[in-house]
Amino acid sequence: MSNFSKPTDSSTSQAGSQTIERARHPAADALGMFVKNRAAAVALFVLVLIVVAGIVGPIVYETDPYDMVWAPFSPPGQEGFLFGTDYLGRDILAGILHGTRVSLLVGLSAALMTVFIGVTVGALAGFFRGWVEELLMRITEFFQVLPTLLFSMVIVALFGPTLTVITIAIGAVSWPAVARITRAEFLRIRELEYVTASRASGTRNAKLMFSVILPNALPPIIVQAALMVGSAILFEAGLSFLGLTDPNIVSWGQIIGSNRPYILDASYTVTFPGVAIFVTVLCLSLVGDGLNDALNPKLRQR
Amino acid sequence: MNVISTILQRVLWAALLLLAVLILNFSMMHLAPGDIADTISQSMGGADATVMAQIRSDYGLDKPFIFQLGTYIGKVLHFDLGYSYFYNQPVTTIIFEKLPATLLLVLTAQILALIIGVLLGVYSARNRDGWASHFVTFFALFGYSAPVFWTGILLLIAFSLKIPLFPVAGMVDVTVEGGFIAKFIDLLRHMVLPVITLSSIFIALYSRLCRASMMEVLETDYIRTAKSKGLSNREIVYKHALKNSLSPVITLAGLQFSAVISGAVLVETVFSWPGLGTLALQSIIARDTPTILGILFFSALVVIVGNLLTDLALRFVDPRVRGH
Repeated sequence: MSNFSKPTDSSTSQAGSQTIERARHPAADALGMFVKNRAAAVALFVLVLIVVAGIVGPIVYETDPYDMVWAPFSPPGQEGFLFGTDYLGRDILAGILHGTRVSLLVGLSAALMTVFIGVTVGALAGFFRGWVEELLMRITEFFQVLPTLLFSMVIVALFGPTLTVITIAIGAVSWPAVARITRAEFLRIRELEYVTASRASGTRNAKLMFSVILPNALPPIIVQAALMVGSAILFEAGLSFLGLTDPNIVSWGQIIGSNRPYILDASYTVTFPGVAIFVTVLCLSLVGDGLNDALNPKLRQR
Repeated sequence: MNVISTILQRVLWAALLLLAVLILNFSMMHLAPGDIADTISQSMGGADATVMAQIRSDYGLDKPFIFQLGTYIGKVLHFDLGYSYFYNQPVTTIIFEKLPATLLLVLTAQILALIIGVLLGVYSARNRDGWASHFVTFFALFGYSAPVFWTGILLLIAFSLKIPLFPVAGMVDVTVEGGFIAKFIDLLRHMVLPVITLSSIFIALYSRLCRASMMEVLETDYIRTAKSKGLSNREIVYKHALKNSLSPVITLAGLQFSAVISGAVLVETVFSWPGLGTLALQSIIARDTPTILGILFFSALVVIVGNLLTDLALRFVDPRVRGH
């Protein structure tokens, strides 16, 4: 996202740092690049605030999101409720704080699962080629044909709306993108000379895959993982908006879904949880863009 | 000859994919707790063990898995996706009733997103620091990050509740009288908000990709040749560059079919659009498994056909693909 940082001053300072600080560790270099991307740095800061709000919020702000605390539809800011109350007189701020935990938890664990499946499939396909690749990529293609949300709706409907099932459902439908990226990277890197050298010196396949090739394939996978957390959060929000979620756990999408019939009287009941989803996912994608700039050495040369 | 055989290969692969969807469908139904006998006995208000066993043998549930799978696939080949105990109708009948509405929404949104996305992308590639370029950047972020159902609800609040420009829900207003044209305009008015909501995500995707690919093409040698030949900018962009920068966008659009359908489920729910998405949700709430799996099958069919058509369109637009 070069539009967010001024292209002129960042390009000159990069050229300078390249000649002077050649001995710096690549990770430090990447960190420097990341911080220079102002939008990404701000997004990371906001993201940290959101995580803190999710962890500390429900402890500090003790209101139970399921308690009827006041008259229904109290507008935001009045009667001491920052975001107002919903159709059952429940505190929306409490709901959003509790929902943060669910969104982050599901988002992170589904993204982890996505990356795990995707990297395994992509690495095997890109490393062994031949029939393994053919078979695995056909399976990947098969999963891309199923409309993701419908497929996960079916899984949740058949196996029950618990957080575990929801997480597995999201992971099960999201991994093909990661598999494709990993495979492409493996195909590129396996032809490089250092891999041939390592192979010639007798390194075994498993080690070749995971400690010789994988570390160099990681940058685009890390970027994709950041985006995956965002899309898993959107996914969970969509499912819980439809009511396909654990009814005993408050989540952002669920607040929007359950207040939908009353939007004429109280539009804020859907606005605030939506803003929470939007800001979180926006920050994650800005961080993803920042990581992309920071980890991609080709962009750094410019 | 070569072209025909590759197309045949694609069609064969599409058929195999469909078969795989069927097997997955059936296995999930098999794995899930509870079966048709439970559903039927529930609607009867409970049944004892002998009645349950009777129902199970009536529906062939006591036969081995492979045998049941074979029967299921055989039935689907005869356009029989089972019977819905909730709607008391064959599943195919229910789905064919709702499929046109979903197709209308999905295709309109997809086409609109492609047109607007390409126009925005081309315009912003030609004016890199202009408003359009910043708009594309901003819009791409917004389109990716905003949950589509939330965008829909906000549009609904703004443009049909606060300012009553468009109808709140549904696809047609039965009270509208008059001829074909009046009904058509009524349908269009119902379509505006759902289509805008659904296409917003994809406009964001396509415009960003189209801008990138257009910028790349504009740097190439043959464009420089065209410039030195003295062609006008308009001719260069629309006659020479556009064709080559379109193929990544079309490829992406083909890959997005399943995402468009996923989005449609949410958009249909927000606007009470009488399509497969609302049907899916209703049947999930009613625990109507045959209908749910039928919808999954048909939506996969739509995606597969969509991919196939994209593939053919790509061959038409880009001769480089034809060789493969």
